[in-house]
Amino acid sequence: MTDDGERSTPGKGLVQGLAVTLKTMTKRSTTQQYPDVEPELPPRSRGVIALLEENCTVCMLCARECPDWCIYIDSHKEEVVVPGAARARQRNVLDKFDIDFSLCMYCGICIEVCPFDALHWTPEFEYAETDVLDLLHDKNRLGEWMRTVPPPPAHDVLGEPSKEEATAARKAAGPGAATAAKADVRRTSTPTAGRPNRAAHAKPEPPEQPQ
Amino acid sequence: MMPVWLELIIRVVAVVVAFLTLPLIVGQAEHKVMAHMQGRLGPMYAGAYHGWAQLVADGVKFVQKEDITPRDADRGVFRLAPLVALFPYLLVLLAIPLGPGNLVAQPLDVGLFFVLAVLGVGVLAVLMSAWASANKYSLLGGLRGAAQLLGYELPLVLAAASVAMAAGTLSLPGIVEAWKPWWLLWQAPAAIIFFVSGLAEIRRPPFDMPIADSELVFGYMTEYTGLRFAFFLLAEYVGIIVIAALTTVLFLGGWHGPAADQLGWLWTLLKIFALSFVIIWLRVTYPRLREDQLQRLCWLVLVPLALGQLVLTAAVKVAT
Repeated sequence: MTDDGERSTPGKGLVQGLAVTLKTMTKRSTTQQYPDVEPELPPRSRGVIALLEENCTVCMLCARECPDWCIYIDSHKEEVVVPGAARARQRNVLDKFDIDFSLCMYCGICIEVCPFDALHWTPEFEYAETDVLDLLHDKNRLGEWMRTVPPPPAHDVLGEPSKEEATAARKAAGPGAATAAKADVRRTSTPTAGRPNRAAHAKPEPPEQPQ
Repeated sequence: MMPVWLELIIRVVAVVVAFLTLPLIVGQAEHKVMAHMQGRLGPMYAGAYHGWAQLVADGVKFVQKEDITPRDADRGVFRLAPLVALFPYLLVLLAIPLGPGNLVAQPLDVGLFFVLAVLGVGVLAVLMSAWASANKYSLLGGLRGAAQLLGYELPLVLAAASVAMAAGTLSLPGIVEAWKPWWLLWQAPAAIIFFVSGLAEIRRPPFDMPIADSELVFGYMTEYTGLRFAFFLLAEYVGIIVIAALTTVLFLGGWHGPAADQLGWLWTLLKIFALSFVIIWLRVTYPRLREDQLQRLCWLVLVPLALGQLVLTAAVKVAT
């Protein structure tokens, strides 16, 4: 279109405007009828946090990492007598595990930081309350959310294999292959170390060189 | 033959029924058409099926609301204004012919004159509500409305005069009788002028500067609540019907169409609804004009065009 293109045909814009609205009218609206029809949430939707109590060791990592301190944990120690052992073992027992969802900002750090997968995202989001105090979910309520935790999404086919898979593959290949893989990692991690330098290094530590 | 009084009652009741149902249909159509043109769904709950009872629900809501008259308002005038806004349209509906052969509530020899005169009363309602509200936004809206309605009355009347001159009668059924399909071309500028200034007369977007909710709160309707506000809204929807009906009767040949003798009324109604759709369509598409653009469009475009159309009509009339 030229510089004075919009001046060339008066009323063109008016007609185009009419065409746009008419076209929009004939298209289907994308409105989601939410309360009647459940929304299709994307995978990994952050609705509410579920607690798998058996996995929790009361390490307090989640409570400490929480940016707004909305996780409250109480526990006591319990003696577990193991037959055959010299002394009785001590074990942490969870008394209280509350998450205050009126403070939670759904950052997911607690879930990321949990070393034993005791916390999970679930896509449930309909837990609004008329009283803000009811947004404090105790460990029973957090445990109930576990039923709604979806299975983990499939692994990305192009991504690198998970730690478990890589370890299993290495073990299956035998002990020699495992050390070779380790040496391979070291070689790539220090690219500045040249070949003669590596040879010099190799002399003082012969047990690491299998060949 | 049925007695005169029975016939009179039937006609009046028919007009009142039309007066109460047609605006509801148009209003519901506006809700849904506007929604879909904006990629929405519009009302979906009232009445279970696609929100068909939304306007009924709105009416019930408006009736329940408190009827407030501001303390400083001119009580009598303030309370009368919504009725003055509504009543002229009811009178106009009386004179609009639906089909051939006396299918009109009140055939008038000076129907066109009567209709235009009564439509002009609308400006009075705007000024009454604006002045009596004792509110600066209402007053500004009213002044805008007065300037707009007085300005656009001129092209409206000139365009109507053109078709009256072509038909050689002021009677609305007479004009439809005289109408020929080729008038669509001959009277096209007049039709467009009449339709556009009709839009301005009923203060529909893009000519809603007297209401202009982004600058004047709600213009002359700012202080109105409850049923009186509902009357103003109803007047707006009846206004759509009236302008669509007048354009149909004057320029689109009213009941003319296949099987006009039996289905004439259907043709008229179809044309009215088609034009109502166009009115809604224009509302969705175009932004509101600025006040100076509004006056410029009226005085520098529509009035000269209408005068030109008059000359053309006269020339063709003399030539044939």
